Amino acid sequence: MDLAAVLTLDVLSGIATLVLLSLGLAVIFGMMRIINLAHGEFVMLGAYATVLSANAGINIWIAMLVIAPLTVGAIGIVIERCLIRFLYGRLVDTMLATWGLSLFITGAVTTAFGNTIQGVPTPLGGFEIGDYRSSYYTLFLVVLSATLLGLVFIFLRRTRFGLVSRATMQNPGMTAALGVNPNRVYMQTFGIGAALTGLAGGVLAPVSGVGPEMGAAFVAKAFITVVGGGSAILAGTASSSSVFGFINQTGSYFTTPVFGEVIVFLSAIVLIRLLPQGISARFFKGSL
Amino acid sequence: MAVKTAAQLTALILAVVAIAAAPMLLDLFDLIELTLFASMAVLALSLGFIWGFGGILSFGQTAFFGLGGYAYAVAAINFGDSTPAILLAIALPAAFAALLGYFTFYGRVSDVYFSVITLTVTLILFNVVNSTAGDEYRIGDAALGGFNGMPAVPTFNMPFDPAAVLEPEASWYVAAGTLVAVYVLLRLLLASSFGRIAVAVKENEVRASLLGYDPRLIKLIVFVIGGAVAGLAGALYVNWGAFVNPTIFGLALSAQIIIWVTIGGLGTLIGPVVGCILVQYIVSRIGTQQTFNANLILGAVLIGFVLLLPRGLMPTLQHIATQAGSRLAYMFSRDNAGRAIADRPAGAE
Repeated sequence: MDLAAVLTLDVLSGIATLVLLSLGLAVIFGMMRIINLAHGEFVMLGAYATVLSANAGINIWIAMLVIAPLTVGAIGIVIERCLIRFLYGRLVDTMLATWGLSLFITGAVTTAFGNTIQGVPTPLGGFEIGDYRSSYYTLFLVVLSATLLGLVFIFLRRTRFGLVSRATMQNPGMTAALGVNPNRVYMQTFGIGAALTGLAGGVLAPVSGVGPEMGAAFVAKAFITVVGGGSAILAGTASSSSVFGFINQTGSYFTTPVFGEVIVFLSAIVLIRLLPQGISARFFKGSL
Repeated sequence: MAVKTAAQLTALILAVVAIAAAPMLLDLFDLIELTLFASMAVLALSLGFIWGFGGILSFGQTAFFGLGGYAYAVAAINFGDSTPAILLAIALPAAFAALLGYFTFYGRVSDVYFSVITLTVTLILFNVVNSTAGDEYRIGDAALGGFNGMPAVPTFNMPFDPAAVLEPEASWYVAAGTLVAVYVLLRLLLASSFGRIAVAVKENEVRASLLGYDPRLIKLIVFVIGGAVAGLAGALYVNWGAFVNPTIFGLALSAQIIIWVTIGGLGTLIGPVVGCILVQYIVSRIGTQQTFNANLILGAVLIGFVLLLPRGLMPTLQHIATQAGSRLAYMFSRDNAGRAIADRPAGAE
C-alpha cells in the first residue's frame, strides 16, 4: 500500500516534470509552428538564473518563480527580434538556426560561468509514507504543473490577448486587416513560451544538476512530448505527458532509469507511427 | 557539358595526385589529422547525399556512424581480422537504416517528425551504449565498456592478413581513397536514372508518384545508402583512433554534421566535404587556445550561414564563378563584335 502510494507520487511527478518541460515548447510549436531546438538551453538559462540569484541571497521562491521566467522571457523576445522573425515559414532553416543558437548559448554560458555543475538546495523538507521517504517539493511540482495548465487555458480562452493571438495564428492577414500587428503578437507569444520554459528551468534547478550542457538531456524529451501530443496545446501536452510520464516512471521502476528512458523513446516512435498527427488530433479534436 | 566533365575529371586526377603526394610533403602529425578529416568527410558525404539529393533531413546520422564504429570494433576484436569487420560496419547500419526507414517512410511520417525521430533514435543508442558498463555486457571477446568505451581496437590490416597491420601512411591512403571512391560512386549513382528519380522525388513527391514511381521505396533506398556510407565512416574513424566510445552517438557530433553540410552547401557533394574539413580545421585550431569556446564559434557560424548565406559556400562560389565567367564571355564577345564592326569599313574600302 505504501509502495503503491510512493509509486503513484513518482508517476505524478514524472508527468509534472514533462508538463513543465514541454508547455513552453508546445506554445511556441503549437501556435507558431516554430521548431525551437534551443529549447533545452532556455531551460538551462532559467536554471542558471535561479541558481545565480539564489546564491546572491535572493529568496529561492522569488528566484524560481519570478526571476527565472522574466529573465528567459526577455532573452526569448530578444532572440525573436534578432533571429526568429527572419525565418517565419522556413521550417528547416528555423531548426538549423535554433540549433546554432543552442550551441551558441551553451558556449556562451560555458565561457561565462565555467563548465561546472552547480546547484541549489531543495526547499521544503521530506515526509514519510510508511517505510518510504518522499519530499514536499515533488508535491509542489505536481501542483505547480496543474496550476500552469489551468492558467494557460484561462489566458488563451478568456483573455483578449489569448483571443487575438489565437486569431493571428489562424489567419495573420485577416487580423492585420482588423488592426492587429501580427509581428507584435508573434514576438509576445514567443516571449511567453520562453518565459514558461524559463520557469520550468527555475523549478527544476533544485532537483537536477545545473551545468551548461544540461539542456541536451531535456530537448529530446520535450520534443517527443509535444510531437506525441499533437496540435492542441493543452490537451496534447497533458495527454502525452501523462502517457510518457507513466511509461517512464513504471519502466524505470521495473528496470533501470536508463532503460525507462529508452522505453519512453521507443514508445514515442511507435506512437508517432500510429498517430502521425499526435494524440490530440485523434481523441481531443477541436480542443485547446 | 563536355567542358564540365573534363573539368571534373581534371579535379579528380588532381585530388588523387594530392592524396598520393601528401605523405611525402607533410609530417606525420598533420597526416594523421588529415586522416581524421578524410574519415569525417565520408560521414559528411552521407548526410550531403540523403539531405541534398533525397530531401531526407536526418538529425541522427550519428546513429549509423556510431553503429558502424561499434560493429567494426566488436567484430575486429572477435575475428582479429579487419576485413569482415569493415563489411559488417557497412551492413549493420544499412540494415538498421532499412528498418528505421521502413517504419518512417512507409508510415508517411512528415519531414519534421522524421527529424525528431532520428534525433531520438541516436539518443536512445547513446543512452543504451552508455549504460553497458560492466562485465555482463560483452559480445564474444569484446566488452562494450559503457561510458569509457572500448580501448585498443585492432586497426585495419591488409585484407585477410591480420599480421600485416597498416602503417599511418597506409591508413591515410585508405581513408582518403575511400573518400574519393565514395564521392565518385555517389556521383555516378546521381547520374544514373535512379539518381534522377531520387532528385525528382525530393523536388516533388506527388508528381513523382503520379509518374509511376514509389517515393517511399526511393527514399528508403537513398536512406539505406546513406546509412551504409555513414557506417563505413564509423569504421574509418575507429581505425583512426583505435578507440570508440559512446560520444560518437552524441548530440554534439550530430550538430556538427548538419553544420558541415549547411556551410559547405546543400545539394552538392563537394560542399559537405569542404565544409567538413573547414569546420574541423577551425575547431582543432580553437581547441589549442582557450579564449573562445568551440560551441560558441560553431553556433555563431551556423546562425550566420542560415541568415546570410543559406545556400552555403560551394554553391555561392559556383554562382560567383558562373557570373564572372558569363560577364567575361559577354565582354569578350562584345569586344570581338565591336572590332569586327570597326574592321569592316576598313576591309570594305
